[in-house]
Amino acid sequence: MNLASLVVDDRARGVFRVHRATMTSEEILAAERERIFSQAWLYLGHESELAEPGAYRRRTVGGRPLVFVRGSDGVIRALHNTCPHRGAIVCRQDAGVAKTFQCFYHAWTFDNRGSLIGVPDEAAYAPGFDRAERSLAPVVGHESYRGFHFVCFDRNAEPLGDYLAGAREILDLVADQSLDGSMRVVKGEQRYSIRANWKLLAENSVDGYHAAPVHKTYLAYLQGTGALLPGTAVVAGRARALGNGHGVIEYRAPWGRPVAHWAPTFGEAAREEIEAIRAELRERHGAERAERIADWNRNMIIFPNLVVNDIMAVTIRTFSPVRAGEMDVTAWEIAPAEESGERLIRRLHSFLEFLGPGGFATPDDVEALDSCQIGFAADGVEWSDISRGMAREPRPDDELQMRSFWREWQARMTGTRRSDWSDRRPAA
Amino acid sequence: MTSEAETARLLLQLRVADFISREARLLDDWRLEEWLALFTADACYVVPGTDDPQADPRRSLVLIDDDRERLGWRVKRLLSGHAHREFPWSRTRRLVSNVLVEEHSANRIRATAAFVVWRFRHRHADPFIGHADYELVEEDDGLRIASKRVMIDQESLAPNGAVSMIL
Repeated sequence: MNLASLVVDDRARGVFRVHRATMTSEEILAAERERIFSQAWLYLGHESELAEPGAYRRRTVGGRPLVFVRGSDGVIRALHNTCPHRGAIVCRQDAGVAKTFQCFYHAWTFDNRGSLIGVPDEAAYAPGFDRAERSLAPVVGHESYRGFHFVCFDRNAEPLGDYLAGAREILDLVADQSLDGSMRVVKGEQRYSIRANWKLLAENSVDGYHAAPVHKTYLAYLQGTGALLPGTAVVAGRARALGNGHGVIEYRAPWGRPVAHWAPTFGEAAREEIEAIRAELRERHGAERAERIADWNRNMIIFPNLVVNDIMAVTIRTFSPVRAGEMDVTAWEIAPAEESGERLIRRLHSFLEFLGPGGFATPDDVEALDSCQIGFAADGVEWSDISRGMAREPRPDDELQMRSFWREWQARMTGTRRSDWSDRRPAA
Repeated sequence: MTSEAETARLLLQLRVADFISREARLLDDWRLEEWLALFTADACYVVPGTDDPQADPRRSLVLIDDDRERLGWRVKRLLSGHAHREFPWSRTRRLVSNVLVEEHSANRIRATAAFVVWRFRHRHADPFIGHADYELVEEDDGLRIASKRVMIDQESLAPNGAVSMIL
């Protein structure tokens, strides 16, 4: 299969097409596992999830079982969740706090830093038995940026900071929502699957064009409860390629934002508190940055499979392929650590009204993706079109952020490197 | 011989099971406005995430945490023809069983029931399995739901994808 021919990027004509085999072929998925999921930086978790020494979370990242754990020494690690002895899963609970992990198969015991500390009948091994080389293996690449931890299974990967490129600035705008300087993932995670190719959720999560038709009932709810702010629309903003396939749409919020943008659904009582937070943000960050934090939404895809949507609440969403036509999704909510009581409840409700498998919007996105996947089986239509806005300054309801994703996808799948993910036309 | 107290207990049990079966039928028939009318004005309807069935929606992220007003909007949305995952409506069949009255006073009943909800759509059959805890109150014209908390047994909403209809 000629992987280079699956994406048509004709900047002179303003045409961008993606071959639908990218969504249905198991062969292409196998290549993605090798060239993307084994080489790109992938989201693992947030430091706030491991508040105390020994706290751990079991995660599957890029199809690989890992343990995300804070050792008794305070250091956060990413360990392969497989016994170095004969392979069994060592950590068998989703979350908890532990001093040690014991493999149930032959009772090898590891401390919460991953070091092997106990082997039944160790004398049976030859002299010089090396515990260190039989300890839980750390993932070769593990770095964090402002509390967001990532892993990479390629030891030759570029540093995380370089990889994130322009996405760092958008993560900063999330991290800076806390006046105490610390964000925390709210307890609870939403786990679901979609019968669609994983890349469809990358596209959908940053798609401003679909908001009006797909989420009509959410907008009706906002309107009906007086929460749709006048004079705003998703089109008021811009789209940007952030480098390395990451992309963002940024637009003035047509709804309330719990951090510092009051809407009637938050209640009159909350108004003063929210205004005070706005004032404090202005004090700290200056008027322009404070306005971005308070009033502007950002939907961001970090290539390949992390979404950070800072909208009516902030969600972290990651997804991975099960097979070409199916993905698993996990979503969390992140909030300023200082929020509690009524303030946290406002944020939780603002999230649930739109987001997640029981929200007023996400189920319809799931349906759209299911529907695309069914449509891909239609004979005779080989290409999807992602050309919108290619010949103008890209707006948030255009598709630049998706094209940037696909440009990186094509580069990685064909083993080439890019330096420009924008729609800029090549020099004549 | 069955004591009078035992007879009264079984009668209450039957009455609650009957109420919950009727509720299930309204949902299967998509008679959502009639279903909504079963709730008290200050009712709540909660679906915790699959990761923690005991989650407190005031502190944790769950799947659904509706007061009566938002529940009304949920019904309105589902009846609008624009809730795309449920238009056309999926076909569902709720099997409710293991109904138990856990506690009751003069006008308040705490009960629990196990369920299997089959949902059919796009040639798939996706079951939801779990149990629901109810707080029922006695009103002049019959029982009303003051609280319904639906706990899903599956480890993940896979392959369901969403709770797009009402559980």
